[in-house]
Amino acid sequence: MKRRLILLVPLLGFLVLSIFLYRGLSLDPAQRDSALLARDFPAFEASTLEDPERRVDRSLLEGQVTLVNVWGEWCPTCKQEMPQLLDLAERGIRLVGIDYKDTREQGLEFLEEFGNPFEVNIFDPEGELGFELGVYGAPETFLVDRDGIIRYHHTGYITPQDVREVILPEVQKWQ
Amino acid sequence: MAVMRFLALGLALLLGGGLAWAGAIETREFDDPVLEQRYHSLTASLRCPLCQNQAIDDSDAPVSADMRERVYRLLLDGRADIEILNHMTERFGDYVLYNPRLEGRTYLLWGLPVALLGVGGLLVVLVVRARRNASAQRLSAAERERLDALINRERSQ
Repeated sequence: MKRRLILLVPLLGFLVLSIFLYRGLSLDPAQRDSALLARDFPAFEASTLEDPERRVDRSLLEGQVTLVNVWGEWCPTCKQEMPQLLDLAERGIRLVGIDYKDTREQGLEFLEEFGNPFEVNIFDPEGELGFELGVYGAPETFLVDRDGIIRYHHTGYITPQDVREVILPEVQKWQ
Repeated sequence: MAVMRFLALGLALLLGGGLAWAGAIETREFDDPVLEQRYHSLTASLRCPLCQNQAIDDSDAPVSADMRERVYRLLLDGRADIEILNHMTERFGDYVLYNPRLEGRTYLLWGLPVALLGVGGLLVVLVVRARRNASAQRLSAAERERLDALINRERSQ
């Protein structure tokens, strides 16, 4: 009888594998931690979207908790996300935008049409800063603490529910 | 005949599709064939962060184009392969490595196949040994006597 039980070992192995694979079906591959969590916001030097003469660098993000949102005029989800970002700005949270792979006209047009929750927008036409941040699509949002360290990363669309349940608690946590 | 025609059509579609796809990926000029070889093996071993199962050398996602460009620039800059891979994982995470590194949390991943092979080998040895013993024991004293008698008869003939 005991010998017979050994024959069940492959079946057991198969069941364990099935559980893992079944779980894999419902995992979202976009929900993975950014490689930059708990690291300094990368050093950069760029002009702002609003004023080509104004140069900014990572000191822009020091001193207070900031949400950095990567957006582009070419990105439909960014347009859907704007009401939530405006809501966050109204609650007194500081937002800085990164206009990712746009022309200046396109970027400014976008803000005019969909509203501007950002204190300032970093102009990143070639996606250089985006690359440093490991951005692979827009929108993406980073929470940067007062020391300029990345504390939270949100890939993709921020829903109104995300604002209440994820973004606001995270902001409070690092305030 | 119909089958042949069907196969020919399938092949044509396959090749045509391949060509159309290749058109989306830029070609690069290298003076040094070694550098070119390294470029191809690096871009084949890096996974596109946006697409789920495509290497960046085979993906027309914008981020893949950016990554290929960066690999190219770093190669011309004289960087080692490991530096280039680190450059990518520092920004996009371990996700982009098709060959996960051997480290604390990947021991299970790399070790499991080896362990399973070992367990399988051990099982085979145990089963074979058990069978051998079982068949040898199954002869009773009377059977052995009869076997001996048969062998002797064969010999004496």
